[in-house]
Amino acid sequence: MTAAQPWLSLLTFAPMIGALFIVASRMMAKKNDDGVIVGPDLEQVERNARMIALAFTVGAFLISLGVFALYDRSLAGFQLVEETAWLGGGISYKLGVDGISILFVLLTTFIMPICILASWDSIKSRVADYMIAFLVLETLMIGVFVSLDLFLFYVFFEGSLIPMFLIIGVWGSKGTKEFAGFTLPSRVYAALKFFLYTLIGSLFLLVAMAWMYAQAGTTDIVALQQFDFPAGAQKWLWLAFFASFAVKMPMWPFHTWLPDAHVQAPTAGSIVLAAILLKMGGYGFLRFSLPMFPLASADFAPFIYALSIIAIIYTSLVALAQEDMKKLIAYSSVAHMGFVTMGIFTATKQGIEGGLFQMLSHGFISGALFLCVGVVYKRMHTREIAAYGGLVHRMPLYAFLFLFFTLANVGLPGTSGFIGEILALVGAFKVNSWIAFFATFGVILSAAYALRLFREVMYGELVKPALMSIPDVDRRELLSLGALMAFALYLGVNPSPALDVFSPAVDLLMDNYDAALAAGALR
Amino acid sequence: MGIFETLSFAAPELVLVLGAMVLLITGVFIGDKSAKQIGYGCVALLLVAVLVVLFSPTAPTASLFDGAFRIDAFSTFCKVIIYLVAALAILMSDQFFAGEKLRRFEYPVLIVLAVFGMSLMVSATDLISLYMGVETQSLALYILAAFKRDSHRSTEAGLKYFVLGALSSCLLLYGASLIYGFTGSTSFEEIARIASMEGANVGLIVGLVFLISGLAFKVSAAPFHMWTPDVYEGAPTPVTAFFAAAPKLAGMALFARVLVSSFHGALGDWQPVLAMIAVASMAVGAFSAIPQSNIKRLMAYSSIGHMGYALIGLSAGTAQGVKSVLIYMAIYVAMTIGAFACILMMRRRGGMTENISDLSGLTKTNMPLAIILTVLLFSLAGVPPTAGFFGKWYVFFAAVDAGLIWLAIVGVFASAVSAYYYLRIVWFMWFDEAAEPFERDASPVLQFAAWGSAILMFPVLTVFMGRLTEFAGRAAAALF
Repeated sequence: MTAAQPWLSLLTFAPMIGALFIVASRMMAKKNDDGVIVGPDLEQVERNARMIALAFTVGAFLISLGVFALYDRSLAGFQLVEETAWLGGGISYKLGVDGISILFVLLTTFIMPICILASWDSIKSRVADYMIAFLVLETLMIGVFVSLDLFLFYVFFEGSLIPMFLIIGVWGSKGTKEFAGFTLPSRVYAALKFFLYTLIGSLFLLVAMAWMYAQAGTTDIVALQQFDFPAGAQKWLWLAFFASFAVKMPMWPFHTWLPDAHVQAPTAGSIVLAAILLKMGGYGFLRFSLPMFPLASADFAPFIYALSIIAIIYTSLVALAQEDMKKLIAYSSVAHMGFVTMGIFTATKQGIEGGLFQMLSHGFISGALFLCVGVVYKRMHTREIAAYGGLVHRMPLYAFLFLFFTLANVGLPGTSGFIGEILALVGAFKVNSWIAFFATFGVILSAAYALRLFREVMYGELVKPALMSIPDVDRRELLSLGALMAFALYLGVNPSPALDVFSPAVDLLMDNYDAALAAGALR
Repeated sequence: MGIFETLSFAAPELVLVLGAMVLLITGVFIGDKSAKQIGYGCVALLLVAVLVVLFSPTAPTASLFDGAFRIDAFSTFCKVIIYLVAALAILMSDQFFAGEKLRRFEYPVLIVLAVFGMSLMVSATDLISLYMGVETQSLALYILAAFKRDSHRSTEAGLKYFVLGALSSCLLLYGASLIYGFTGSTSFEEIARIASMEGANVGLIVGLVFLISGLAFKVSAAPFHMWTPDVYEGAPTPVTAFFAAAPKLAGMALFARVLVSSFHGALGDWQPVLAMIAVASMAVGAFSAIPQSNIKRLMAYSSIGHMGYALIGLSAGTAQGVKSVLIYMAIYVAMTIGAFACILMMRRRGGMTENISDLSGLTKTNMPLAIILTVLLFSLAGVPPTAGFFGKWYVFFAAVDAGLIWLAIVGVFASAVSAYYYLRIVWFMWFDEAAEPFERDASPVLQFAAWGSAILMFPVLTVFMGRLTEFAGRAAAALF
């Protein structure tokens, strides 16, 4: 099974190599007496950093397309597997992709060049550091999706906190926040909250991993999926994994870090957060919770349904009341992730595929929505909904794109958002029609908040003097948004290319899950 | 075993102690102007000792002086790290002492003598040699703490350390005499035999608890940690760097050897004691460090916390546990010495600064130092992919493997709390406005120590962690 060429390692570490190039360009630049790069040298370093970052993210995308070409869609198991000894004692450096992970790898490599483009001229300070952080983040994110060793997964999963922490804290927006008697910059508050919340969630996973390693003697994911954990222990392990992924996802009521992080992060940071980092939670549920702890997953499914439905309805209502564009989209993300968790834990083929598809499509759509907010934020430096109005008169192209993504977010048929939601709902309907009934309210509410956002920003008279001269989207923004739109539209009209990739892996997952439940019932 | 064969096993210690004597006499004759050369001489001694340890042609395991000492993979592992760290600590001190006009030839000699004591500690297999090692080390350390003798803070630190250290030595000695009284022997092997034969004897347990208290003082584990912040803050910074690294490893190694090789039969009796000490240390380390503004005090509390994590591994009482302690301590020592190298670089217009707020905006004024500190701080916090995370993983795994899941859970909570104060420094360095820049004339040795430590934490150990676990596994196996 071992692939002769380490394609996945190349893909994973390609962005990191780009980061090293930027470091080298920084080190070679001329410095003044205080050791700081200034003037034209600084501009040169920044230009280099942007070009290198773009080149390597696009390069990684091309490599991932190559990986996708090598990948055999008809097979269910892991492919392009590579394994090297690492820590010894059953913990190794093992990579591989299957139908569940390959599309997330592609999503990651596709979104990253867009992030770099979105930061092209909106990031003005410490550009080289910024690009390094993004490239390192990309390596860690790809690593999460291609790891076939739980320990390695954890290293990537946790490691991704570091660059994101710095991205939010250094390049986040202005403003201060009162907290526990202290006044601190709100970006710092958001960065710390993001880091500590996610860290605490993941530490439970660490203890669970230690226990699993003690039992199974290995952290190989394939071996752990086949390992038969006792039913009593499965509950605790499931809860530990849940603590980690529910925070990451985020599920209600562990979602409160997300609006803060989204609001404070720079545009590209928000895009990465919404499009990829959140997906790690859903990916984790599918890769670990469902296959490794099937009995516990079945037992806890009603609990997940309840949280999902609360997330869908409650956060949609919260989104309705937001005054900040980014916050509104952040809450809508939580609601959409509710469909994902609901779909996954129905443990039906439609539900799981719906959850997967929803994550993929949410990656395009929410990424695009944050990019849309970034477009006007860059021009006006405010995210207040009330500060806008009547933009359609000055920015027709922007209004069109924004409308498309708004409707895709609502789940209009013909966009990818619809496919994910309907599949997840069908899955839920098969299990319990009441779940589907309540979840459907989310679709209605999402139309309410999304259209309200669109109306207040776009329609009405253009009365605010500051908006009189606002320019429409430029070519770079058009390219990014156009590419995202193409995918959202294509997968909405013809979802089978994605579903065909999922299908063998989901079938295998279902077979094992059903077999484990049957065996568990006999015991 | 003939006397020469015995002495050949003790070659590294002989090199150290005889060399130190020669250098001491030389120093007395030539005076303080030879301080630098004597420092190099001591470094050379330590490096020779490392080579002797590594390339010793004899069998890896031997018992010396009627079972008072034992040379095995365990002592070798600890000695190599201790010698290297001590050599680095001597080299790192030069710029500081030159700046403070405090260059004295006694400093490197005292370090070598302390290292000699540690050498005895890590290979002691008898209560008497244990006590001898601990005292040799401690006496040298007391003087080092008070080395800046014109400074109130330094002398206070030395005195405090001495008084409390003497108290802990008393506890240690009292425990040892109780154990001797109830077993009739001072040899670990004999004690182990009797302890496993007769089970938990109350007198033996009382003696053991005293012994544990004395040792906990030496590694600054709560509730015997009170001296640590004051001594760390008061002692000259290079001395603090040495305090935070080498004696901790030696103390922890001694701890492991005593508990595992002589009291393994009474595991059920000392495990709860050790677990409580671990919990208390982690709690003190996590919560007391939060309000600190002096970075040396912060590092003191941080080291108390780290001892707590290492003790988690030890309380498992298994080979896996000892292995995890060794891995943890090796990583801890490497990152601590790097962190202190960075602290030694915090100089402005000739004077040292020790406030955390002095690091504000460091990324804007001194990016290399900021990068090093960031890596080291994430490693101290135990965030992957830095080596600090691997250390934590192994101790938590050892605890879970031994059925102490609750202890691992307490440990992860403590590390989440302590992540906050490490992150706070990262926040100052990256997010805040720039403070006045530091002088950029750090000596090459400091640069080397800081860079070396950071690169070791990431990516070198991340990639080659397997080698370290292999060595540590072999060393731990020697105790069983």
